[in-house]
Amino acid sequence: MADLKTNIGKLELKNPVMTASGTFGFGTEYIDFIDLSKLGGIVVKGITPKLRQGNPYPRMAETPSGMLNAVGLQNKGVDYFVEHIYPEISQYNTEIVVNINGGSIEEYCEVASKINELEKVNSIELNISCPNVKQGGMLFGIHCPSAIAVTKAVRDVYKKTLIVKLSPNVTSIVEFAKAVEDNGADAISLINTLLGMAIDAKTRRPLLSTVTGGLSGPAIKPVALRMVWQVYNAVKIPVIGMGGIMNATDAIEFILAGSSAIQVGTANFINPAVTIEIIAGINEYLEQNKIESISQLIGALEC
Amino acid sequence: MKKQIDSLKVTDNKRLNKEFFVLRLQSDKQIPEILPGQFAQVKVEGSPNTFLRRPISVYDVDYSNQSISLLIKIAGDGTKQLSKLTPNESLNIIYPLGNSFSKPANNRVLLIGGGTGVAPLLFLGKYLRKQFNIIPEFLLGYRSKELVIELEKFEEIGKTYITTEDGSLGHKGFVIHHPILFDEKKEINTIYTCGPEVMMKAVAKYAKNKGITCEASLENLMGCGIGACLCCVVDTVDNGNVNTCTEGPIFNTQKLKWLI
Repeated sequence: MADLKTNIGKLELKNPVMTASGTFGFGTEYIDFIDLSKLGGIVVKGITPKLRQGNPYPRMAETPSGMLNAVGLQNKGVDYFVEHIYPEISQYNTEIVVNINGGSIEEYCEVASKINELEKVNSIELNISCPNVKQGGMLFGIHCPSAIAVTKAVRDVYKKTLIVKLSPNVTSIVEFAKAVEDNGADAISLINTLLGMAIDAKTRRPLLSTVTGGLSGPAIKPVALRMVWQVYNAVKIPVIGMGGIMNATDAIEFILAGSSAIQVGTANFINPAVTIEIIAGINEYLEQNKIESISQLIGALEC
Repeated sequence: MKKQIDSLKVTDNKRLNKEFFVLRLQSDKQIPEILPGQFAQVKVEGSPNTFLRRPISVYDVDYSNQSISLLIKIAGDGTKQLSKLTPNESLNIIYPLGNSFSKPANNRVLLIGGGTGVAPLLFLGKYLRKQFNIIPEFLLGYRSKELVIELEKFEEIGKTYITTEDGSLGHKGFVIHHPILFDEKKEINTIYTCGPEVMMKAVAKYAKNKGITCEASLENLMGCGIGACLCCVVDTVDNGNVNTCTEGPIFNTQKLKWLI
């Protein structure tokens, strides 16, 4: 077995394979299929200060090599998470990362401070890139002064590892990566979904109730790889790469482009056991290539 | 029941008519207990435009043969690809998923289906007879006679009434217009329904007006089928948006925020 351990800020993950927020529920949805303790980490569904019903149905449209979603951060709120979900999921022997959201800086800080009190959660993923909410979300992630302000404010109230999740819906991803690094981020995760839409020519109507939604799946992988590589070359903090990873080869490509860890998202829907297969596949790749540690592969792209 | 991912062997692919086919699948191990109304998430190979699995209701179960049957309508590229499967090919499915129809309070039960929506009703009918000794009746609607699905199988279980839109078999019109629904002497205490949403809403309205318990099987678009993606939600009276795949697909129609 090769050494798969990797570090994200103060976190040490047993392997680089994490699950992407919004695609893995709170982990419990997958216990019939996999042993959660085998995962490097689980990023839970996005949490907001109060209960959110999300957007009306239909919220999903299948597209070539991918899908659009417009869920809109449906969740029961941070207090429900702390009281009912945290006690259960903190039993898993894996790193639990809480994805936090808000409609304003104050709301982000409210969620971050409550999560800061949870002993068994060592990191948050600050989501400034959700494309499916009217307030907050991606609005912070596509306007650099806002990204700076929210990162700074959350940094002040959150004492453990702070990961900032960037939106790909910007002209220069590097500008945002540097800005959040300079303002207290311990790591950067990217990419969130790309803003897209789908139309039904027969009915002449959009396929999503919100008209636009977030595109995920292999369709976005080349864009994601490019952005991970650009960001890796521009910042000193660790990068967590994601976007259309379906198998171990995809994961290795993201690691070569500079990811210290990767997140698997949409692939979980098609194969609920895919994360375990990816861990095995990464190990196999390292052994076949006689690479002792995954750390030797991070950013090892030759060009 | 624990959900599982399994590759099943196709043992039969029976084309019923231009729209429907039945796949019979066999596992090399004991199959899990499956309840009527539950479904499988079917992986489609060889169809570049089909990225996600397809949720398909279980049509029949044969535990002794480690087999299940799926009734599928050719609706797009994915189901067209499935229709081409031949014996000995394998099909990857995740099952059993979702909740199930609840036990009826008494034995005056009517199962109302439309098109491919008859699938879970065959399995339910068999189950009602076997588990509870209830002989249900079926009211099944199709566009025309050519599209009627394995009528003899339904008739084996209980009296079966048919409607067709063109009048080529049974009563002409939609299920909701069938005379048995307006027969004052006929006692119905529970309705289970599956089919197009417009049909199920009409059935739910009828049941509501008559004070009959009604459960419907929803066919919302799904991403994962296991409660993770939150794409298939339906708005409910008690809990707002809930997942069709885990809280359903079967719902008491009084609990849905249907405008009926």
